[in-house]
Amino acid sequence: MKQTKIYTGALLASVLMTGTALAQTELSMWYHGAGSDVEIALVTQVIDDFNASQDDWEVVLESFPQESYNDSISAAALSGDLPDIVDVDGPIMPNWAWAGYLQPLPIDESEFDDFLPGTKGIWDGKLYSIGLWDAALALYTRQSTLDDLGLRTPTLDDPWDKDEFMAALDAAKASGDYEYAVDMGLAWTGEWYPYAIGPFLQSFGGDIVDRSTYLTAEGVLNGDEAIAFGEWWQSLFTEGYAPGTSQDPADRDSGFISGKYAFSWNGNWAAVAAIEGGVDDIVFLPAPDFGNGPTIGAASWQFGVSASSEHPEGAAEFIKFAAQDKYLAAFSDGIGLIPATPTAAAMTERYQEGGALNVFFGLSEAQALVRPVTPGYVVAAKVFEKALADISNGADVADTLDAAVDEIDADIERNNGYGF
Amino acid sequence: MASKLTTSNRSGWGFALPGFSLIVLFIVLPFFFAFGFSLTNQRLISPNPTEYVGFENYRNLLGFGLVTLEPERSDDGAVVRDDDGEIAYPRLRTITRSDEYPQYRGMREWFRWQDGENAKVVIASDVVFLRALTNTFLFVIIVAPVQGGLALGLALLINQRLKGINVFRAIYFMPVVVSIVVVSLLWRFLYDVSDGMFNSMLGFFSFGLIGPIDWLGNPDTALPAIMVMSIWQAVGFHMVIWLAGLQTISPTLYEAAAIEGASKWQTFRYVTWPGLRHTAVLILIVITMQAFALFSQVDVMTSGGPLDSTQTLVFQAVERGYGKQDISGGSTISVILFLIVLTISLIQRFLTRER
Amino acid sequence: MADIRPDNHGIRLAVRYLVLVLIALIFILPLVIMVMSSFKPTLQLLQDTSSLRAFLPVGDLSLDNYEGAFRRAPVLTFVFNSVLVTGLTVLLSLVICSLAAFSFVYLNWRGRDVVLSIILATLIIPFETIAIPLLMIVSKLPWIGLEGLKWSWLNTYHVQIVPWVADGLTIFLFVQYFKGLPGELVEASRVEGASWFQIYRRVIMPLSGPVLATAAILKFLVMYNQYLWPLIVVQQESYRPVMVGLQYFFQLDVLWGEVMAYLTLITVPVLAFYLVLQRAFIASIASTGVKG
Repeated sequence: MKQTKIYTGALLASVLMTGTALAQTELSMWYHGAGSDVEIALVTQVIDDFNASQDDWEVVLESFPQESYNDSISAAALSGDLPDIVDVDGPIMPNWAWAGYLQPLPIDESEFDDFLPGTKGIWDGKLYSIGLWDAALALYTRQSTLDDLGLRTPTLDDPWDKDEFMAALDAAKASGDYEYAVDMGLAWTGEWYPYAIGPFLQSFGGDIVDRSTYLTAEGVLNGDEAIAFGEWWQSLFTEGYAPGTSQDPADRDSGFISGKYAFSWNGNWAAVAAIEGGVDDIVFLPAPDFGNGPTIGAASWQFGVSASSEHPEGAAEFIKFAAQDKYLAAFSDGIGLIPATPTAAAMTERYQEGGALNVFFGLSEAQALVRPVTPGYVVAAKVFEKALADISNGADVADTLDAAVDEIDADIERNNGYGF
Repeated sequence: MASKLTTSNRSGWGFALPGFSLIVLFIVLPFFFAFGFSLTNQRLISPNPTEYVGFENYRNLLGFGLVTLEPERSDDGAVVRDDDGEIAYPRLRTITRSDEYPQYRGMREWFRWQDGENAKVVIASDVVFLRALTNTFLFVIIVAPVQGGLALGLALLINQRLKGINVFRAIYFMPVVVSIVVVSLLWRFLYDVSDGMFNSMLGFFSFGLIGPIDWLGNPDTALPAIMVMSIWQAVGFHMVIWLAGLQTISPTLYEAAAIEGASKWQTFRYVTWPGLRHTAVLILIVITMQAFALFSQVDVMTSGGPLDSTQTLVFQAVERGYGKQDISGGSTISVILFLIVLTISLIQRFLTRER
Repeated sequence: MADIRPDNHGIRLAVRYLVLVLIALIFILPLVIMVMSSFKPTLQLLQDTSSLRAFLPVGDLSLDNYEGAFRRAPVLTFVFNSVLVTGLTVLLSLVICSLAAFSFVYLNWRGRDVVLSIILATLIIPFETIAIPLLMIVSKLPWIGLEGLKWSWLNTYHVQIVPWVADGLTIFLFVQYFKGLPGELVEASRVEGASWFQIYRRVIMPLSGPVLATAAILKFLVMYNQYLWPLIVVQQESYRPVMVGLQYFFQLDVLWGEVMAYLTLITVPVLAFYLVLQRAFIASIASTGVKG
């Protein structure tokens, strides 16, 4: 008896609630920033503004920690429970589009004409996602370090080549003032490795997968250029230039600031912390050119619409709203990343002309190369990460790269070429 | 125990059905699915339909071959040696990646040994899996006797009539109630190269002679480090079981031994140990099963590295099935794990059966 | 007991205690470090670990780390989830497994031995073997809840509870225990015309204190400390249990102080529970060994 009453009550309540909700359709949105106060505050601000600005849609946010965000999406897709608006990491987008998680954005591509190329998620000729910011990499150091070691300051047009770069590291090592000459951030396991170290491989002339066919990694990941890269990479650790895989994450965050490391290969999201941490004469050097042109990574988190969403128009409205310059600038000011448009950049304190991080804008335009655009990237990234870690720990370079190639090729084959 | 005169099918099934159906649905069914998936190319999610592939997954995991490498020879037929005096051999990839030996394609070196001037190399198609297999076995073989033995030692120690002995018993058992994940994180902190307690103590007690050891970053010390931590966490549990076993041994036997003037060792060997046989069997079986399931420590502390020195079967199963979205691969490893555990339990039961 | 000769001579006694204390230190010190570190600022605690200061409440002590932990992750939500899931699983498990065990021991029915054998056979199946296929299964199961029919169990409470309610070990414990109870009680009640359920409820259950405690404690430890299963089936914050919540502390910057605070927060309740009931805890674990 009691149970019937409860069920009737619940039924009535839900009917009533749906009744009121007819006025504003709810759109669910998942974001990867849980644990990161500033980002969540910014996203919430955009959502609140959007909800207040119109009566048709109401966006409701759910946050996830970044580490397990992708797993959450897979789990939700498995159960047919994806939210309307999802946030997707650039290189993963092709995998989700191929797997049927995303639908192409119902927005005309021309709306995003002045957006940085790395912010546009294009797969199979269609725009699936758009990012509010892009991320870039640079070699952090202090002007005083360059002066003390007697090094030339590289510029975008004239970056260091391999020999100059190694000479700089040698000078740092010889001076005895630093625990390590350069910090490559191996404590940040996960996407950092393909994002930040992949560009070095590409600068040597290799790549994670052959971009002409996307059907194999043979010859690009284990060819002569790749092996040269591998041996250079290994030398960084065997000769003591850089801390290895057992680096404490705390050292990664504070090592450069506290002077343990002369140089630090880092993304622009850490720039704010460095400047505020007291590094007054910080300079952001462009990536060295190892022979095939200097390269840095590109493409960060982007917004997309899930395939199962019943309200793609609403989701599109939200995304267009969020892509306004004022929000691009707000995100940039808050988390330090590159705003997607030059007009937004002019509005920010750091990326405007003469701003502290303005150089990154130029770096991103000149040197950025996106990670391989293929659904197979999910597995390829993990394989590449392991290969890099193994090489850092002293494994045989050629064999490790061969094994990586085999694994990537086998995965591509098992998935019938991922549609290529 | 049941009344032989009453057969109550309805009640019987009624009482057992909830539990039985839950077990069938959540243990038996997935178990058969694991077998099923291992014979297909099931992915976690994919637009491609699942296909039956037979034993291909097993072949990929377990395939291996034996290759003989002859030393490189200079033009006059002499053996070429490198700077350290070691014989130079052609690189394995000239064989595994050549068109002459298509059956070796995709294989890697697992290990090699010298045979005269030649090097015999065992190559395998999934070296990471084989390393996981050997590590898991290594873990079991070392941890089972060490943990069981230490637990016995502790039990003997606790089994004294001293005041406050129960306080010690409570303390020794304490790590057991703490989650292995918490323990792993805590010990990861203790094992840290620069700030860890173990390195500090090492430096202190050796007066700075022994430098800091990268416990979790060195392939030789990573697995032992995890072993030590796992033993620390679980030994209290087995100590208590031994203790219970010890306390079932009749005191009259000890009296008899004392009267006969037996030494401590003799008492242990002839009175204590035989009484513990039953307990020993149980402890061995439980530790073995727990050891095969090594996962959380690796996931939290080392992710299988460095250089695959802490790969384990379960870790690989989860990484493939869930991380790399290859359900069929993960299931294949699970099936192999099950077969191993089954075989070992059967062997243990056979060896320790009552004659 | 091991040795019936009293051995209270001064020095030998002192030595015995010394040995016991040294060993006790090995077991307790890491936990002490954890608790002490949770009160120290990260920079200091990292330095302290290289010395004896790690065990001592010295330096800049405060509750800052705890504040930080609560800010960074919804700790209370996680604790609530863990307690809810653990509590419900234990309760349901005690009922369902004891019912099943009752039917194996006291009732005679067709197929009884086969069913019992199947259940006992599952004891060798390590959970990790079935984790992934189970994931696939639960992602397709239906559930009728407040929102109507949903075709997946992922990111819910029931996915964390239901698969764990019935297990071979708990049933085995009950079976062994019931076999040790005197059968006359049951006979007598049957003669008086009691139904089987009444016998279960009024005769057997009241006598089952020890096994109920054992099963409850073992299940509690397993459920509260679970890591692998919730890791793969629950990602939504509102349903996560404490162990998986740890990920929040390893995002971009790791503050070991906050990590220690979180670890202490999730461990101390269990430790307290254990210390209060340690006699029962240990007695129950021991009993599983003896009955073997």
